[in-house]
Amino acid sequence: MIAEHVAFGIIAAVMIAAAFRVVTTRDIVHAALYLVIVLAGVAALFLLVGAEFAGITQVLIYIGAVIVLFLFGIMLTRSDFDDDEETDHKHKFPATLTAALLLAVMIVALVDRFGNDKLPNNLTPQTTAQVSDELFSQFIVPFEAVSVLLLAALIGAIVIARREEGG
Amino acid sequence: MYLNAMLLLAAILFCIGVYGVLARRNGVLVLMSIELILNAVNINLIAFGAFHTTIIGQIFTLFVITVAAAEVGVGLAIVLLLYRNRRSIDLHQVDLMRG
Repeated sequence: MIAEHVAFGIIAAVMIAAAFRVVTTRDIVHAALYLVIVLAGVAALFLLVGAEFAGITQVLIYIGAVIVLFLFGIMLTRSDFDDDEETDHKHKFPATLTAALLLAVMIVALVDRFGNDKLPNNLTPQTTAQVSDELFSQFIVPFEAVSVLLLAALIGAIVIARREEGG
Repeated sequence: MYLNAMLLLAAILFCIGVYGVLARRNGVLVLMSIELILNAVNINLIAFGAFHTTIIGQIFTLFVITVAAAEVGVGLAIVLLLYRNRRSIDLHQVDLMRG
């Protein structure tokens, strides 16, 4: 039990610090690498509460694919901001205010509603077999819909990013 | 472990993501902030799935991960197109539809 708390505390602290660096760091490549830490923390949390397939998928899809996509996006676009320009100083205060107010509202609501609720003590791992049973019986229609969505996004991305002929 | 520990962590990540979307001018960084927001949602889904001892939270998380991957693909394609046309990914220069 104690080990679980300690592990959660460490993961949470690292994740919050890294997430903060993602939105404040000036070097965009560093932002992508800090994002890796946040995503790895999310995967660790998933494993901590026994969601094994979601944890593995998080590592494969996010850290494996999405980050590489981001790094290619960074390499293909040159950001020509001066150091001070990159964070928008005119919008910095309203953005901070909005985020802080949103956080305050969410904390009040969460503490008020779920203040005493505890996760079950004996968290049994939700196995991949259970996930696939559920996915291919009850959720087969959303599964097919999401595969069509992926195909549409793939074609859409190619069409958008393709260089026009002779253009 | 308290359920709120995970929910509050997700709330903090969500708000950091919101700050990033609002305050940054770099198109790629705004997409990264959106990833932070989506991951906060995923933490909530997994936490509630564990709380109610149901597997549906995990299933929903898988769908969100899939949609997020598709979103990044299309989003980065749009940013690339923007860069090709404007030689910049400064979102302040994207004002064609400003009234």
